[in-house]
Amino acid sequence: MTTPEFVKHFAEALEIEDYSNLDTTTRFRTLEEWDSLAYLSVIAMIDEEYDCQIETADFKKLDTIGDIINHISSK
Amino acid sequence: MQFHGVGITALAGAVPHKVIDNYRYTEYFPADQVKEVVDKIGVYERRFADEKTCSSDLCHAAAEKLIADNRINRNEIDLLVFVSQTPDYRMPATSVLLQHRLNLPQTTIAFDINLGCSGFIYGLSVVYSMMQNMGLRKALLLDGETRSKVYSPKDRRSAFLFGDGGVAALIERGEQFGTSFFSLNSDGSRGDLIKINGGGYRNPSSVETLKEKVVDEYGNIRSDEHGYMNGGDVFNFVIREIPKDIKRLITETGTDMESLDFYVFHQANNFINSYLAKKLKLDTSKIPSTIEKYGNTSSVSVPLTITDRLRGKLDGKHTLLMSAFGVGMTWATAIVPFVNCNISEIVEV
Repeated sequence: MTTPEFVKHFAEALEIEDYSNLDTTTRFRTLEEWDSLAYLSVIAMIDEEYDCQIETADFKKLDTIGDIINHISSK
Repeated sequence: MQFHGVGITALAGAVPHKVIDNYRYTEYFPADQVKEVVDKIGVYERRFADEKTCSSDLCHAAAEKLIADNRINRNEIDLLVFVSQTPDYRMPATSVLLQHRLNLPQTTIAFDINLGCSGFIYGLSVVYSMMQNMGLRKALLLDGETRSKVYSPKDRRSAFLFGDGGVAALIERGEQFGTSFFSLNSDGSRGDLIKINGGGYRNPSSVETLKEKVVDEYGNIRSDEHGYMNGGDVFNFVIREIPKDIKRLITETGTDMESLDFYVFHQANNFINSYLAKKLKLDTSKIPSTIEKYGNTSSVSVPLTITDRLRGKLDGKHTLLMSAFGVGMTWATAIVPFVNCNISEIVEV
């Protein structure tokens, strides 16, 4: 998994067309597109692309896109 | 588990006449927010029962339609099972009240099954088992829910999803049905994922349990006697367990995917079902859907989808894969042959 690849998948899950300003420091919950349905899309994307399931309790601790990438890498 | 020589010979369904247009369901939320939610979940309409209409009434109407359309001799009905989590009373069991309302003989075995979304498939396995092993003549499997009365209209996470409905299935014995296969599962450790906290005996009804409260940072409101769902955890559970269970049943039974004519999934929401279809690489033309017009009717959604979408399409022999999952958590998969199943037109109550 590369960071640019993950950011692209993340943007697709949130239906963000211009994701040039998204990076590992982006606090995803502050994004305008973030809501409970966006959360499900991201969970689905992570399962599909990285074969990884993240429990809600663990996901709550993740703050930035970088945190998500690190979490997946650690599994 | 497998059963031989039993099958559903007829189906009928009933829904309340009151149509809720989800885009206009704006009493508690701004219209632009409503549009966003509705566009995403794919539930455009639902049916809501009025105060006087219970699940049993929907099932009663469906059963009377079934009996009339198929000229069923009531005296030959040996078994009545009612699946619901929205019964008429805590006691007596609603199935027994329906035995009386449907004028069935006193020799009819009658009991309720208290399960949510997986309830129809669980119920079907119980009826198949009893039919096969006890040599019963005919059974009625009734499944009804009024989930519109369970969830708070002020809780955005569930306000737009649920609808009401009832079905009646006639089950009979016959060699033509061949073998049906079932996988039934449970995990009580996930009991908190979908729940009504108050009103049972663990947290009895009180002024406190009936009080509406703000429950999260988004301002969603419900009481302890309303249902709630942890959407994220439910989704995680679905993606983890459901494809696995379906693949396992198909492999263990040596089923050829080509031989499956339709895949009928519990109508949880559009998102989950699209995801499952993609993950299992299913031919979407074989996946009927009623989420857009009836919403999530809990255990009724699988048989209601068959009744609404497959009417006239089950002449001759067909094999259906049914999959349902939900509150408990419980989940069930079944591969079920249908032979000349007569499906009635849906009745409005």
